[in-house]
Order: sequence, then structure tokens, then C-alpha cells
Amino acid sequence: MRWMWIDRVVELERGRRLVAIKNISLAEEHLHDHFEAAPGRAALPVMPASLVIEGMAQTAGILVGHAEDFREKVILAKVSRAEIDVDPVPGFTIRYTATVEQMDAAGASTTGLVELIDPARPDRPPMPMGRIDLMFSHIDQNLAGHTFPEHNFVFGEGFKTLLRTSGIDVPA
Amino acid sequence: MLSRDEILSKIKTVLADSLAVDEDDIRPESTLTGDLGAESIDFLDIGFRIDKAFGIKIQQGELFPENAAQDPTLVKDGKVTPEGLTRLKARLPHFDFTGFEKDPQLAKIAQIFTVDALVKFVEAKLAKQG
Repeated sequence: MRWMWIDRVVELERGRRLVAIKNISLAEEHLHDHFEAAPGRAALPVMPASLVIEGMAQTAGILVGHAEDFREKVILAKVSRAEIDVDPVPGFTIRYTATVEQMDAAGASTTGLVELIDPARPDRPPMPMGRIDLMFSHIDQNLAGHTFPEHNFVFGEGFKTLLRTSGIDVPA
Repeated sequence: MLSRDEILSKIKTVLADSLAVDEDDIRPESTLTGDLGAESIDFLDIGFRIDKAFGIKIQQGELFPENAAQDPTLVKDGKVTPEGLTRLKARLPHFDFTGFEKDPQLAKIAQIFTVDALVKFVEAKLAKQG
């Protein structure tokens, strides 16, 4: 099963913009190691930046894949920029907004805004957390001479389930 | 119409952003892969950024040669054929093939991908646009 780093798609404008959220939960085991208590220091559970980037890659990847009805195998090719200024901690919700910057037959570039929602302060707007810009390759178009399986292994059941539970129609 | 220096200056910004190199280290004769550390996926990124920086639309295969290795009329036994050279020169006039054609091994083709070639490409594209 694919390790999903977003919980729900909340907005989708085909080929243009997708917003997804991720609830950070203390039930996630890795938070107990990142960072565990050490002599002279209490435990500090923080969602690792690498997983925040993966969350944006899934958000933007779905946006790029959806634009072509998931016919292309969309692979993360490059992290063009990643700035994370606030620690995401359990009990908060990350809001990912991915926007297509450019897209053609070979791939796409996206810009991404990361925000943090504090459920204890629903009156406050999401606070800026960082920015993650990415590049995606449609691998069948770029790795000439290499062959890949016919079926789209990128957008497997995990993604389809996520989209369905978010109320978005996906091909069977 | 932008001057050659203005185009070079914008290309330097594009490359500095895409490849995380210092603009001062980018010279017209710099090669994208050898001197500036570009990898294959960076070519797609550079194309996108040039599109945006100059407001032009680059078609697939117009800026860099693509899928040459899969075409037996272009490449045979790892070398670009005489017919292949003629076709590549016609399709990609912004590249200087002078040094490459003396020993046209496909593996060495990256030596023609220079900053100056990108400037020439943009210059020709803008001139066509009018």
C-alpha cells in the first residue's frame, strides 16, 4: 500500500490548482522518534520536513495526473525549492496548495504553498508555514528507450481511494 | 527586442535559479552539464523557465535534441551518422557542432549544450516572434 501523506483533497480546479490537507496525529509512530527525549531535553514530536515535501509531491502530483485523466505516469523529478519555516506538530493540520506553473507533454512544474491550521483557534486564518516548488516528469515521454509497465503504477489504489473519499470521480 | 547582453543576463538568472549556481560562474562558453552540473531533468526545467522568462513557447525537441539514440538514421554504433549531423544541424541551428563533428560520439554531445547556444536560441525565437 502506498504511504499517503495527505488525508483529503478539499479543492480541485482541473489542470490549475489543488488544495489538500493532512492532519498530524500522535498516532504516527515516527513522531515518537523525531525527536525522542534525550538527556536534558524533553521529547519534541515534529513531522519531518522530508515528509512535508512528500505531502506536497502527492498534492501536486495528483493535480498534474488529474489534468490528463491519470493517463501519464507522473514522477517527481526535482525539488526546485523547499522552505519550511514553522515546525508542524501533532494536533495541527497542514494545508497544501499546489498550482500548475507550466505543463506540456514532457512534464510539469508546480508552485506550492504550505500553511498550518490550528484547530484550537478556528477564528484565525491558516498561518504560512513554507513554500515547496516541484517538477514532474511524464516518464513515458522522457525516458525514450526505457519501457515501463502498461498500467499506471504511479496512481494506484491508495490515490484512487483518497480521491473517492474526497468526493472526486476517478476512472476504475 | 532584447539585446544579446540582455538575453544573456536573463539566461544567467534562469540557470542560476534552475541549477543553484552563482551567476558569476556562468559564462557564454560554459557547458550546462560539464561546467554547471545540469542533469537530464534540468533540461526540461530550463526549457520551462526560458518559456516563462521570455514569454515564448518552446515545442518538444526544439531546444535540445530528443530521442536521437532511438533513431538508427541519426545514431549508429554510438556515433551520430553524417545524415544525423546534417539533420541535427538543420533542426538545432543554435548549437555549434564544429568541435563535436570531429568525433561525433553521442555520449559527448553534451559538450555543445552551452550558455551561448541558449542565448542564440532565444535570440532567433524572439526575432521570429517579431
